[in-house]
Amino acid sequence: MNHLFPILTGVAYLLSFILYLRFLSTGNRLTGRLGTLLLALGLVAHYFALLERSRGSHTVPYHDLYGSMSLFGWLLALTYLGLELYHRQRSVGAFVLPFILVFFLAAHLAPPDRLSPPAVHGVVFVLHVTLSILAYAAFALSFVLSLIFLGEERLLRSHKLGDVVWRLPPLELLDQMSRSSVLVGLISIAIGTALGFVSVDQLPGQNSFYDPKYVITLLVLALYVLYFRLAGTAAWRGARASKLCIFNFVIVVLSFTVVNLYLSHSHRYF
Amino acid sequence: MEIVLVGLNHRTAPVEVRERVSFNAEQTRRAAEELRARGILEETLVLSTCNRSEVYGVPPESSHESAPGLSTFLSEFHSVRHDVLSVSLYHHYDQEAVRHLFRVAAGLDSMLLGEAEILGQVREAYRLAHEHGATGPVLNRLFQGALEVGKRVRTETELGTRPMSAASAGVKLAERIFGKLSERKALVLGAGTVSEQVVSYLRDRGIAQLHVMNRSQERAEELAKQFGGKVVGWGEWDTALQSPDVVVSSVSTEEPVLRREIVERAMVARGNRALFLMDLGVPRNIDPKVAELYNVYVYNTDDLTEIVQLNRSARESEIPQAQGIVEEHVSKFLSWQASVELVGLVDALRRKLREERASFIRSRAEAMKHLSQTDRAHIEKLMEEMLEKLLLEPAQRLRDEKELRRKIQNVEALRDLFLSNRERP
Repeated sequence: MNHLFPILTGVAYLLSFILYLRFLSTGNRLTGRLGTLLLALGLVAHYFALLERSRGSHTVPYHDLYGSMSLFGWLLALTYLGLELYHRQRSVGAFVLPFILVFFLAAHLAPPDRLSPPAVHGVVFVLHVTLSILAYAAFALSFVLSLIFLGEERLLRSHKLGDVVWRLPPLELLDQMSRSSVLVGLISIAIGTALGFVSVDQLPGQNSFYDPKYVITLLVLALYVLYFRLAGTAAWRGARASKLCIFNFVIVVLSFTVVNLYLSHSHRYF
Repeated sequence: MEIVLVGLNHRTAPVEVRERVSFNAEQTRRAAEELRARGILEETLVLSTCNRSEVYGVPPESSHESAPGLSTFLSEFHSVRHDVLSVSLYHHYDQEAVRHLFRVAAGLDSMLLGEAEILGQVREAYRLAHEHGATGPVLNRLFQGALEVGKRVRTETELGTRPMSAASAGVKLAERIFGKLSERKALVLGAGTVSEQVVSYLRDRGIAQLHVMNRSQERAEELAKQFGGKVVGWGEWDTALQSPDVVVSSVSTEEPVLRREIVERAMVARGNRALFLMDLGVPRNIDPKVAELYNVYVYNTDDLTEIVQLNRSARESEIPQAQGIVEEHVSKFLSWQASVELVGLVDALRRKLREERASFIRSRAEAMKHLSQTDRAHIEKLMEEMLEKLLLEPAQRLRDEKELRRKIQNVEALRDLFLSNRERP
């Protein structure tokens, strides 16, 4: 297997993280722009790494833990880049890149999958998995943004500003970014879940629609809809909404780990 | 192609002198014309701000020789006695003049370290001088370099980013919460000098709506009129606190005017939208317990002063980096200046060598009598080729090698070595 693209991806993400970190500590705009450029390069290299792997194993890149985590990292990077360009805000990069890097590197350390491939195939299934992972990535991003919001809010309230506060996005922008991210996640998970049911329905024979994964996915969907509704209300606006967003992501992690690995019959790595 | 600078600033002259030596746009144009007409300067640029008046120029002769004439001109132009003015004036020449201008554009020479306005003022001064045709190749290059330095220092360092007064720190903090203030509303309690300063900052940052509340309605109306705001009746808290995002308070009072229950009621009415309260009054105008309320941020004078002190040290720590950018551009400018001067020097050398060759041939004419006309022409051609060869290589190297040009910055010494005063380019 060719290691060029995975190595390029790792190096680009690592350098991008260093540059974003430097941008956060010095405020040098050129460094920030370079960070974005390297993230974009990393995304391209990561895409080719996933493509190459799929071609090599003649299957989609999320058939195993490696593929699933790697795709998650790629979609997280893609969502973040989109959000950065949309909101013209780079200072969050230093907080998001470690997650992207961890998922990318962990994917390479994941043990080989000995389980048989899932019974479902086809475009609908591919879209179902891709959109579900995109939703998890968007929720992960809103989680990071909410953590930054709470940290910055605490610093501003305690008057302990330090150097970083002057470079972090304004609280209201963080809130908007988090909501944009959740919106991307909600749309993706809603369509992805619907497509999941469609692909199960397309399977020959009697198919079970009862899987703990369905329950937790609907719970996640409901919790994020709740967050979206509450974040603009008087009682929840600000820090409380961010705490709810963090709680929601804990449920997502549970769905991604405990439910997938121990409870679900048909979901393993997505 | 030397550069001279004569001027005064906040460090060398008190405001009474500075205001007498300042230039308006018309005076700037007239001064440049007169300096040229009198033969003091060939290129001129006047930089005049509230903290400095400086004349940059390229004299026809040596920069050191032109400085006294320039000082006398300034004193005559502004009708200020020469002995009064001369104690405040500084003179910088060539490299030092370049460095001074670059430091000015970077904000390193400003009263408020890293202030942003100076770069705009340098740009405007250059635009005016350029429009009037007062600048030439040297000052054009010099001021373009200065603008580049100013831009780089502001992009690559944090010299000018941190607020340096309690009022501006408060406004910047509000931006940490709300982002751009162009869609935000502010309420100002009190209409004194401090309030006026904050209102001015808020207007600079584009605040969308401004309400003024003061015990004296007349003064409130005055301030509101000055900054395009509206007056709210004193004590009408329920209406006044419903819409603003930023509240600035600076009133003389023994007891806090904004008590917890007032703000609590307002927060319910405004659906808990974030509220930033800046308390600049002493004794405090806002009950400290207000800070406990959800989505309310309160900063008093001490909090803001502490931030300003931290920012001052942070700005000072950026000086070495800004200085580095200045030195990089000084070196770049001197290298360009040297390259232009060296090209002139090579041309002058070529002329001199041709004259020497002609004179040499004339003096040896008797000894070459036996040679035919064709042979003599051939020898002359060979000598010409040799001289060209001698000059061609250094001329090409000067054109191509940046580093070499940087090294040979003291062209004057080379000129002295090879050419007499008469032969100088």
